[in-house]
Amino acid sequence: MSLFTSLDDLAQQVPDQSLVVLPPDYSNVPVAAVLALIRRGVKDLHLLFAPIGGIAGDLLIGAGCVKTLEAAAITMGEAGLAPRFSEAIQSNAITMKDSTCPAIHTALQASEKGVPFMPLRGLIGSDVLKNRSDWQVIDDPFDKDSGPIVLLPAIQPDIAMIHAPLADREGNVWIGKRRELVTMAHAAKTTLVTAEKIQDKNLLEDDLTAAGTLPDMYVGAIAEVEKGCWPLGLAGHYLPDTDMLAEYLKQAATQSGFEDWLKANGAIR
Amino acid sequence: MTCNQDEFLICTIASLLESSRHVAVGMASPVPGSAALLVREETKGQINALRLSMIGGDANNPFTDGGRELFDCSGQGRIDTFFLGGVQIDGQANINLVGTGQYPNMDRRFPGSFGSAYMYFVVPRVILFRPEHTRRVFVPEVDFISAPGTSGKGVYRPGGPYALVTELCLMMFDRRQKRFRLTSVHPGHSIEEVLDNTGFEFDIPEQVPETPGPSDNRLNMLRSKISPEIAKTYPEFVSRVFDTAD
Repeated sequence: MSLFTSLDDLAQQVPDQSLVVLPPDYSNVPVAAVLALIRRGVKDLHLLFAPIGGIAGDLLIGAGCVKTLEAAAITMGEAGLAPRFSEAIQSNAITMKDSTCPAIHTALQASEKGVPFMPLRGLIGSDVLKNRSDWQVIDDPFDKDSGPIVLLPAIQPDIAMIHAPLADREGNVWIGKRRELVTMAHAAKTTLVTAEKIQDKNLLEDDLTAAGTLPDMYVGAIAEVEKGCWPLGLAGHYLPDTDMLAEYLKQAATQSGFEDWLKANGAIR
Repeated sequence: MTCNQDEFLICTIASLLESSRHVAVGMASPVPGSAALLVREETKGQINALRLSMIGGDANNPFTDGGRELFDCSGQGRIDTFFLGGVQIDGQANINLVGTGQYPNMDRRFPGSFGSAYMYFVVPRVILFRPEHTRRVFVPEVDFISAPGTSGKGVYRPGGPYALVTELCLMMFDRRQKRFRLTSVHPGHSIEEVLDNTGFEFDIPEQVPETPGPSDNRLNMLRSKISPEIAKTYPEFVSRVFDTAD
């Protein structure tokens, strides 16, 4: 299969029940690809945010695509609470593994290194820890005076999904300083990318772009999608569409309004 | 000069930052961000110059190693002051950012714990900022502990709660007593009003002064120099707060 594909073919490459990791709202969220996933009717996803989700999470949850969710928070930021997420939790429609930002970064870093777990400070005495039977507390084996410390199992997502301003014909993807996208891609088995533009010049040929480039070895497929983050923004390219985000919040207050929004925005199944 | 409530709270927080060296400001925090920008401007070029790292956007955000860098820096002790809030906060300074009711299918679900379950432990001075001062926020016991106010012996805990700033008052937290102490009450409000609207017990010293308002210099600097700077991260906040001032 060619590395370069269409948006809807890209969505076909996400099997039901996959563990999918998505970036936070400030960092290149592939909203067009999320809408394509909803269009394809993906089911029972195990959805992870690295580490906070916004509209992408609310969309997938509201569309019934999510079985379990792991995140440090789901929020629409200044605009308010994420309506489909809040309702799904309150009605027990999804299972949430509540986490904290650095725990998700750390579990992905463990996977990056190919180690089974990593320790993290904090957490002790919190209800976040109390509700995570998959986390363990041990005494520091090197220094008995340093006290208890939490161990987090590595998280290896099946698929990382990201958007990027630029990719090249070799499959290298430029992400600039958004290094959490690199951590996600390193940790995941494969990464599906939407890019604003695909250029002929190899991004690795120039150090100025190479340092901010995810090399093609991590990349499973790339689709060229303009405004792939809309209605979120892409730093340096376009701002969030605040009117549309406000409109989304208004409509998504009810499930039927949410479904109307999906239809109006091309995510009909 | 008169000032509005946001300006007053910005300047109240600023007065808590005067001995900080590196302040980090998390997501969706325009008031703490403005306070830190103000103190950075006031201490520019001096020996006590304040360093500020804001993660709410690209402006004033020095991080180049992804979302983890703030936490890695904090774990190393490079950051001495941070801000947290809470859906609920109790008298032991336990904070709840997850929701109200019985976890997990809560009556009202809020976004989640963010980085609190870590930052509260490792950053020496955490300032709790929660403008709404009501008994639904300041409860006897939180429904979910996103992060505990204090820890038992043996738990690595260089960080923790330092102060609490609300629309009514300023409290400081005593980690040994595990209690808040009322420090000052904002102009136009009273100790009785604070008591009526707080669901937990706290210490009240014999003398509780009024929280001092900002000097004209500070207020002028906030309006002229800081508002365009914070607008780079929070444009809607600036048009709401500063355009109506004066």
